[in-house]
Amino acid sequence: MSALVHRVAAADVATFEVKAWRDDLLRRARGGARVVTLFGRRLDEERVSITSVFEEAGRLEVTRTNATRAHGYHELTSELPALHCFERELHEQTGLRIAAHPWLKPIRYEGQEQSAMNQFPFYTIEGKEVHEVAVGPIHAGVIEPGSFRFMCLGERVHHLEIHLGYQHRGVERRLLERDPRRLAPLVETIAGDTSVAHAWAYAAALERLTDAPPLAVEIEVARAVALELERIAMHLAGLSGLAADVGFLQGATTYGRLRTTAINTSMRLCGSRFGRGAVRPGGVGMQLPPDLARDVEANLALLRKDLAIINPLFLEARTVQHRLVGVGALGVERARALGLVGMAARSAGVAIDARQGRTSGAYAAVPIAAHTFDEGDCWARARIRIAEMEASLGWLESALRQHGRWDQARAPIERLAPGALAVAVVEGWRGEVVHALETDGEGRLVHYKVQDPSLRNWMGLAIAVRENEISDFPICNKSFDLSYCGNDL
Amino acid sequence: MSAFDSLRVRFSQGTQFIRDLRTAVPKGFRGLPVIDAKPCAADCAAACRDACPTGAIALEPLALDLGRCVFCAACAEACPTGKIQFAPEPKMGAAAREDLVLREGMTEMTRIKASREFARLFGRSLKMRQVSAGGCNGCELELNAAANVNFDAQRFGIEWVASPRHADALVLSGPLTRTMKDAVRLAWEAMPEPRFLVAVGACAISGGLYEGASGVDRSFLESVGPSLFVPGCPPHPLTFVNAILEFLGVG
Repeated sequence: MSALVHRVAAADVATFEVKAWRDDLLRRARGGARVVTLFGRRLDEERVSITSVFEEAGRLEVTRTNATRAHGYHELTSELPALHCFERELHEQTGLRIAAHPWLKPIRYEGQEQSAMNQFPFYTIEGKEVHEVAVGPIHAGVIEPGSFRFMCLGERVHHLEIHLGYQHRGVERRLLERDPRRLAPLVETIAGDTSVAHAWAYAAALERLTDAPPLAVEIEVARAVALELERIAMHLAGLSGLAADVGFLQGATTYGRLRTTAINTSMRLCGSRFGRGAVRPGGVGMQLPPDLARDVEANLALLRKDLAIINPLFLEARTVQHRLVGVGALGVERARALGLVGMAARSAGVAIDARQGRTSGAYAAVPIAAHTFDEGDCWARARIRIAEMEASLGWLESALRQHGRWDQARAPIERLAPGALAVAVVEGWRGEVVHALETDGEGRLVHYKVQDPSLRNWMGLAIAVRENEISDFPICNKSFDLSYCGNDL
Repeated sequence: MSAFDSLRVRFSQGTQFIRDLRTAVPKGFRGLPVIDAKPCAADCAAACRDACPTGAIALEPLALDLGRCVFCAACAEACPTGKIQFAPEPKMGAAAREDLVLREGMTEMTRIKASREFARLFGRSLKMRQVSAGGCNGCELELNAAANVNFDAQRFGIEWVASPRHADALVLSGPLTRTMKDAVRLAWEAMPEPRFLVAVGACAISGGLYEGASGVDRSFLESVGPSLFVPGCPPHPLTFVNAILEFLGVG
């Protein structure tokens, strides 16, 4: 499998008493396992099932406990800050008591009005010389809504509190209200700029819940082609935005128009500039006849040629270096402690990438080059995008040459296995996209957990902005390039 | 690197703008659905209607509501006779909600009638404030693209502005989340008259995939009706720009 996928029978999940589950989690984390996700499900009025998913040495493992809402368990965030978002979400979604938790701020204010959000007590800063700046939820540009509160001394930001939830549509509940085999269009709108990664995570988990044989490597490659085009397109969009924010206009224009080339290539393959329809359960919605393959090749060649000129121009421009180097820096210790994922983690020395180390599927057939940078600043987050675009272009050229026959019919998705949990992790352009699906004894879907990398990385932005100037916030924000709706669901 | 490289990449760029937006057809785009006049298969058991994730399809006669359609083509795949096809045509905006319903045997959509009053007011300069209320960043990216070097809507005096105080049109995307209800109304009320509302994408027009979802509250649209509807998931920038141009009677 190209994605990191794990299926386990619910009856076989290692299930502990609450205290033993907590001890086991801490022991695993201290031993080097990474918590990929942790989520809860209300079993009835009283009981909550908590599922924790670990990644260690390229494999996923699941543990579980059943807690009662009134008793809950003692918080883990103080020892493992990376879990703050999971515990906050767990509390918000199930009402489970998480004793002594330092900050149970809602992740997304599910089911609440904006007036309730407005009453949330932000952290405050006191003193004669300090002031606060509030922006949002509507921002100056054509972007999604979210709210930011800066606590400043002069131009210097001491703390940024990020306040999200304005995009909460009710995705997870809606996913359970529809036929689980036909969720692809909905899944593609969880974070519309990450349509392919979410669709692939959904399809991979769903397919794993059936007993269908693995997909042909060509089909895995076809999905990965859509995924890498999405990555290139969004890295170009991000670099264009960064260039505009620092006043390097040739970069803004050139990266912007090259993004058009990338998304129009996706459109030729699947009919949508956002890769919608590219991935469907059981296969793909793409074809690659020879004339189209030639056009795709020409588009990739154009990207190669122009990126080879604009990348050095961008990287060597004094205005770019002056504004990005050393700004919004996050060291490797903090990046790891906060549980950052994806390009934000890799630009701060943390090499997490679900495409690496695969033993089958698209990235085993054609390996993709891995990159990390150590600085963890805006400059590193710009350079990682350039490096990853180049890696993706190289991968696409090889993959299309070697595995360009995608005309296999889609396998129908039959009955889902009863009493099973499937977890899929796909490396989207921001980072790992995680989908977890669980069925009951009848094979009906009873839980659907969606996790966009933004959920984990927003705190990275909040911490990276500290001690920077408030005027550096836009470039810090753009360098992380996080999704609001992916967080708010 | 040198000034020469700067020129080289500029030369490679050439002229990117699409000369005539009104006749441009994006190659490979899954756009306007076309319903053939041939009869349905006797035994298909409403496969197209049941395949649609947003309930956009009604039968007898076969009709497809562009205000709900997310262009997933599940209907076209389900149909045994190929009665529904998706053409690359991007132009499908409408000035009335009912004009978004395509019926079997229709050869052309109802064209947007330019309002003489709006043409006089905004025909040479239209400033728009975009607000996303649950939009997934698909519509937002395509609306941004309407102002890029390819589509260049600014050539018609059509521009995005930061403040609703400067805006003539409020361009809404997303199904309208409950948590954005107050902010959307504030933005609308901050706009000076004359003003109008544009609903972009299946989410904003009908709720789309999120109609009736737990976090959605569309009550704002009950008091303020859109003057223009731009279908898509997301709409192509050509769909958006053309709808605006036709609405303002430009060209």
